[in-house]
Amino acid sequence: MTESIYSIHRDGFIQGVKDCIPTLLGYLSIGFAAGVVEKTSGLSISEIVLMSLLLYAGSAQFIAAGMIAAQNPISAIIFTIFFVNLRHLLLSAALAPHFKHLSPWKNMAVGSLLTDETFGVAVNRIQQKRAISFLWMMGLNITAYLNWLLANTIGGIFGQMIPHPESLGLDYALTAMFIGLLVLQMEERAPDPIKIGVALSTAVFVIGISFLFSGYIRVIIATLLGTTLGVMIERWT
Amino acid sequence: MDIRWNIVVIIFGCAIVTLLPRVVPLVLLSRIHLPTWLIDWLKHIPVAVMSALLAQELLLHDGKFSLTHHFLDLIAAIPTFLVALYTRSLLGTVLVGILSMMVLRIFM
Repeated sequence: MTESIYSIHRDGFIQGVKDCIPTLLGYLSIGFAAGVVEKTSGLSISEIVLMSLLLYAGSAQFIAAGMIAAQNPISAIIFTIFFVNLRHLLLSAALAPHFKHLSPWKNMAVGSLLTDETFGVAVNRIQQKRAISFLWMMGLNITAYLNWLLANTIGGIFGQMIPHPESLGLDYALTAMFIGLLVLQMEERAPDPIKIGVALSTAVFVIGISFLFSGYIRVIIATLLGTTLGVMIERWT
Repeated sequence: MDIRWNIVVIIFGCAIVTLLPRVVPLVLLSRIHLPTWLIDWLKHIPVAVMSALLAQELLLHDGKFSLTHHFLDLIAAIPTFLVALYTRSLLGTVLVGILSMMVLRIFM
């Protein structure tokens, strides 16, 4: 009996909340930047809240905001976001064996709030040979979720207080964000040459196919070509 | 509540296509195994998407390749890249980007 109470404390909801804390500051700042970009893209605070609650994905929210501001068709925005978030298949598939025993509904609850950072924390715990329970995962996921919502809302309110965001260079936040996200994909000391190759070739593909296609379909086609090239280089070297 | 219907459609649409890849593998448990080539391919997506978006922002104007239309943006990208490389802080990168653009607009 005492042992089970002990394990509840070690693996429970509260422990999940605690294990989320190291990631909070980083995502608070990203969420804040996202909120500012969303606001300067013309979204209202209510729309920012709705987006953070339902979409709940860092880079996707930046991209969606940018595409809304550029008045892209709805279908193009949804298709691009689908593509950007396809990588979640990987995260979800990697966690699946550890939640095999749960009901489909509980698995759905775990998956619906899965992000890069909560996945990172969970994998870290698995690597330490510690069990991950449903409640622990929910504690982790819900803390990250609320933090994201809060950060976006504060960013949006801040963005609203600035009358001419472009005079402050705030319209450049989106571009700067893409630069940051791209660089952070690379390993710190010795970046994978294949990743650099994928990045450069995709950029060239965007320019190359700009003569054939317009709008965000370019981004999708160039990404398909760049990733396929990356897989081919990996196979042949 | 200032929520426009077209924005709601976009948010719901994006939410659904984001939810599916998040939950499907977990719900189908270990009944599905992603093939190796798909895993290899998926892991390249973040780098490729960011690079494509960046190229689109910096190097294209009205769908045409141009280095002159986004000249200030390209110049501002240099310190932004350097800060990203050396600090690896997303917030720092965004702040330096905004600041560089502000300074460039004042002087150019």
